[in-house]
Amino acid sequence: MTINLKVWKQKNAKTSGNLETYKVDHVSPDMSFLEMFDVLNEKLVQENKEPIAFDHDCREGICGMCSMYINGQPHGPLEGVTTCQLHMRTFNDGDTIVVEPWRSKAFPVIKDLVVDRSAFDRIIASGGFVSVNTGNAQDANNLAIGKDKADMAFAAAACIGCGACVAACKNASAMLFVSAKVSQLALLPQGQPERESRALNMVAQMDAEGFGACTNTGACAAECPKEISLDNIARLNREFLGASISSTSV
Amino acid sequence: MFWLTKTLTSSIGKKLLMALTGLFLCTFLIVHLIGNLQLFKNDGGYAFNNYAVFMTTFPLIKVVSYVNYALILFHAFWGLYITYKNRQARPVNYAVVKNSSSVFSRNMAVLGTILLVYLAVHMSDFWYRYHNEALPYVKYTEQISNGNVETTLMESGYTQEAKKVESFNEEAGTKTIIVKDLYNVVSFSFQNILLVLFYVLSMFAVAFHMFHGFQSAFQTMGWSHPKYTPLIKGIGVWVFAVLIPIGYAAMPLYFYFFK
Repeated sequence: MTINLKVWKQKNAKTSGNLETYKVDHVSPDMSFLEMFDVLNEKLVQENKEPIAFDHDCREGICGMCSMYINGQPHGPLEGVTTCQLHMRTFNDGDTIVVEPWRSKAFPVIKDLVVDRSAFDRIIASGGFVSVNTGNAQDANNLAIGKDKADMAFAAAACIGCGACVAACKNASAMLFVSAKVSQLALLPQGQPERESRALNMVAQMDAEGFGACTNTGACAAECPKEISLDNIARLNREFLGASISSTSV
Repeated sequence: MFWLTKTLTSSIGKKLLMALTGLFLCTFLIVHLIGNLQLFKNDGGYAFNNYAVFMTTFPLIKVVSYVNYALILFHAFWGLYITYKNRQARPVNYAVVKNSSSVFSRNMAVLGTILLVYLAVHMSDFWYRYHNEALPYVKYTEQISNGNVETTLMESGYTQEAKKVESFNEEAGTKTIIVKDLYNVVSFSFQNILLVLFYVLSMFAVAFHMFHGFQSAFQTMGWSHPKYTPLIKGIGVWVFAVLIPIGYAAMPLYFYFFK
């Protein structure tokens, strides 16, 4: 296969970038999208040109590092798939593919396709944790949790924090991410001690980072590689508004 | 910051204000439609003109209507402010966007702006003229025994202090009222095809705004439940995005084609 790429090139956060055109020959349909970039970068290095910077780590769809906005969709055209699990057989020989970084005020571009997602880390640090007392581990079956609740918590915990929700949202809103992180803990007994402060603090941090508000368009859930449900956003609204009313912190 | 201010100015709180005011305006859509259905009564405007007097004189209704005007303005400008803030969250736009959300949900501010313009025209067409202009008056004489109503247009230039002058003739067994003939104004206005088209197209904007807005308000309030959400979505689509806009659009069409 031959693939024509238009890739966002940007030196750093302070400069503005532009789309550059590359032609990649001998692309195997069995390559992943990232492997195609590896082939291109190897060629660029051999030609003494600068390779394209992009994020990647596990390459098995569970780490949340890869972050390419491919032909107008985060992680490309397939549903429930990260960029590393997107294979070139999804495209046709001779296709032109436009690849851009996540675009959000809260995710400044570091270089090319690499964006700084530490805003998510700061949101997690503001409340995405549970207090665990020291001492012996308690017997696993001591805490009874209904299967339905456990399943909902697990589905929310599937969020890998890649930021596709922010990239897909017209408001660059982080609501799906924050809602998944609040939900997974709010649904379980271990998450109860910090339940109110978690919702309040994580939303405050989300706003401070400069993410937009939620318009309930559903683009985030449609593009999420882990198919996190919009129900979590309703739960986050419930948790936040409930905590605002009932918490004793004035 | 005071906790309530902090809550309501957070990203979720801002949306909560949109949801609550939006749902209030939804109830207004229902009440306004039901009241105006009296335009379809073939009684020379007897019911409708009486209703107009009631709506502009009954104190409780007056309070609610001014609250309603205030909330319409709040909903419109708060929404535009949120949209502006949301735009700022993405300073550099994508070169290519393939949307996976509905076109209505992405353009609530555009639809809302169309509706604000519509409301300005609509209020100046009827509300402003009813309150501030010398409208023609009409006299209705009702036979109390059988309810037959005789309609007489007052001569031009007639005017009265009270919105409604009511008198009884016990010998003849009749009740006579004289009121401003808003019905006639409505009927006359809707002979203009451009105005009729503008009204009907604006009702499409209502429909699309409701299509997303009604269920979205519940989602914002945190109401999402496998048992009740399908019902909410169904009401949002079939009642607020279909039935109510059709009801409203039927009025200008009825007067244009049948009066």
